[in-house]
Amino acid sequence: MQLMTKHTLSVLVENRPGVLARVAGLFSRRGFNITSLAVGEAEHPDLSRITLVFDADASPLEQVTKQLNKLVNILKIVELDPAASVQRELLLVKVRADRAARSAVLETCAMFRARVIDVAPDALTIEATGDPEKTSALLRDLEPFGIREMVQSGVVALGRGSRSITNGSTLRAAS
Amino acid sequence: MTRPTPEVLAHRASTGAAASGTSPAGGAVAEPLSGGGAASGAPQGPSPLAVAQAAAQGRPVSEQMTGASCLIRSLESLDVDVIFGIPGGTILPAYDPLFDSKKLRHILVRHEQGAGHAATGYAQATGRVGVCMATSGPGATNLVTAIADAYMDSVPIVAITGQVARPLIGTDAFQEADICGITLPVTKHNFLVQRGEDIPRILAEAFHLAATGRPGPVLVDLPKDLLAGQTTFSWPPTLDLPGYRPTLHPHGKQTREAARMIVRAKQPVFYVGGGIIKADAADSLRALAELTGIPVVTTLMARGAFPDSHPQHLGMPGMHGTVSAVYSFQKADLLIALGTRFDDRVTGQLASFAPNAKVVHADVDPAEIGKNRAVDVPIVGDVRHVIDELITSIVAEHAAGRGVGNNAEAGRGGRLAAWWAQLDELRRRCPLGWEEPPDGTLAPQRVIQRIGQLAGPEAIYVAGVGQHQMWASQFISYERPRTWLNSGGLGTMGYGVPAGMGAKVGRPDAVVWVIDGDGCFQMTSQELATCALEGIPVKVAVINNGNLGMVRQWQTLFYGERYSNTDLGTHKHRIPDFVKLAEALGCVGLRCETSDDLDATIEAAMRINDRPVVIDFVVGKDAMVWPMVAAGTSNDEIMFARGIRPIFDADDV
Repeated sequence: MQLMTKHTLSVLVENRPGVLARVAGLFSRRGFNITSLAVGEAEHPDLSRITLVFDADASPLEQVTKQLNKLVNILKIVELDPAASVQRELLLVKVRADRAARSAVLETCAMFRARVIDVAPDALTIEATGDPEKTSALLRDLEPFGIREMVQSGVVALGRGSRSITNGSTLRAAS
Repeated sequence: MTRPTPEVLAHRASTGAAASGTSPAGGAVAEPLSGGGAASGAPQGPSPLAVAQAAAQGRPVSEQMTGASCLIRSLESLDVDVIFGIPGGTILPAYDPLFDSKKLRHILVRHEQGAGHAATGYAQATGRVGVCMATSGPGATNLVTAIADAYMDSVPIVAITGQVARPLIGTDAFQEADICGITLPVTKHNFLVQRGEDIPRILAEAFHLAATGRPGPVLVDLPKDLLAGQTTFSWPPTLDLPGYRPTLHPHGKQTREAARMIVRAKQPVFYVGGGIIKADAADSLRALAELTGIPVVTTLMARGAFPDSHPQHLGMPGMHGTVSAVYSFQKADLLIALGTRFDDRVTGQLASFAPNAKVVHADVDPAEIGKNRAVDVPIVGDVRHVIDELITSIVAEHAAGRGVGNNAEAGRGGRLAAWWAQLDELRRRCPLGWEEPPDGTLAPQRVIQRIGQLAGPEAIYVAGVGQHQMWASQFISYERPRTWLNSGGLGTMGYGVPAGMGAKVGRPDAVVWVIDGDGCFQMTSQELATCALEGIPVKVAVINNGNLGMVRQWQTLFYGERYSNTDLGTHKHRIPDFVKLAEALGCVGLRCETSDDLDATIEAAMRINDRPVVIDFVVGKDAMVWPMVAAGTSNDEIMFARGIRPIFDADDV
């Protein structure tokens, strides 16, 4: 794992068509790899928040941040330090679970505080949230039962404490 | 000629007001065009936005009209005077009200690439925003090369394209191209307009983005149904660019630290780029240079930013730079980089570039600082403000007795005497020059040098890309900013003729010489028809060596003289015959084949001012551009001429 060089950026952008393409395009053409990406409306409907995780050394990180800052639709970028932020991703996984395996699967779910959200005679669909370490640990433990399909959201993250990304920023006070 | 840019106006307006990039006050997020006396202090003539503001002052306009009329009214209100373009299906509605406009001159080009480069040439020659217009699909994609060119050289242009009607977008409609998607990586920003009432605001934003901060191309894509439909024209609009806050004012701590290093350095050099010209900072640069006595090196994009005749000028750095300029970087203990970006053609192999130098790097674009070379003192800001603050801080250092001596004393006679002795010796030993071709053919360098000498420093010189471009940079003496136009970053062959056309339109009083190659010329020579019909008498010197000369030079040096596909046949077969081609395009065609005829031919061209002139200078094919640092090698490996390396390693030179 390259945990040492993994960075989480929280990017506040104008909620307009094409903004995500601008961000994603910038990463690809400048040669940076995105590990995960999650986008959604922020606290104001005119704003979206993109959470980006990518691998980079310190100097490319600075370059990415500066290049992102040049995009006209981007309002603010902060790097979220893992120690000073909460980071979560959502995992939905469909596990083979016939009568014989079912109780073992449920036991694993309980250990991870994961929930069953759909049941079929030979399969269970499980929902789990957590930081990427937790979801990957859950996946590892479910693997022997047989994973039929799975989907993960990108990481979303917020800084700890009462401050907001928009605190003291240059956003319009009321728009 | 030089108008203050909006950022200059903002600077004047904000004097006294807090303008730090992070404070709420500094985030002029929604700035109304009518927002208070920014233009009042402008002595040299107002910016487009200021004009728009003045025009609308006191009586904001709100009228019903078509989207197309709204577009034309907006352009008029933004003080646009010239548009280079070609109509077509989707942009057609815009051409109807344009037909009636008294303020806008539309120049009908022959290819959209020509429109784009013409807008660039116009912008580079005048400092104003250049405008080009094209229809959707192929019209728009033909603009892409010119847009990419303007992006690489940070030239403020606005490209206006038609788009298929909104209901057709995404259906692969006739002449549909996702031009916003296509130009995403090569524009500073682009807009697909979604509502008719947004047209004035988006155009004002486009011009503001193009001209301020680090300038660049902006594209506005207008669906046909918006142009044809009715909407409201409201002026002045309120800009809505909450994420755009260029930092214009340098941090005082940084400029003071830079000044401290400048007055203490023993082997300093100013490494200045095109940003000096864009920021209209040439006068400030000269004051700074003369205050400190430090040598100045001007990059390809900065030729003219500092007078070539100035004794402190070492010339151009980089792949084909002067030996003294390249040496000054390699031996410097302090590089003061102003409005430049450490391009690979300047640095050569990055790891061995200026190995002993501390670096002060000032640029308006923070992303340039530290991108290629680690920096000791980063300064973000408009380079003119940076220089002005450096001067203030250096004067203070001098007053405190630091930085022994001042002005010229600090140079040759004083603290930098040993440094200047090395540089002067190198200038004496390794001046720019050429060997006359042994076969008696005309030397291309001589042709270019004579044009420069006869036309003088008042003329504007526009080059294509290749050997002739390097020679035009080396052998013409530039004394003023905005007199040397070329495609530096993208290296776009075919830039010359249309950019020269745009320059002549923007500066009709100036003589415009296009120095082109026979390869470049054939890429965009059709725009001479435009020049002939529109009364744009440019002079084109085709430096015709019958080959793609720069590629041939590399084949000579690096591919064992295997000349694969570089012979254009313009010598062997005289196809095309440039004299006949010129005449067919409505120009005067001249030819010169010997040095005896050289001056007379140039003078004949200079007497013709009612039509464009093309001169076919038939020159030898074996001339090469020297000095040269081969691509990817260290600047220390510079070759003064083929097989001749000046020895850098000895400290006494």
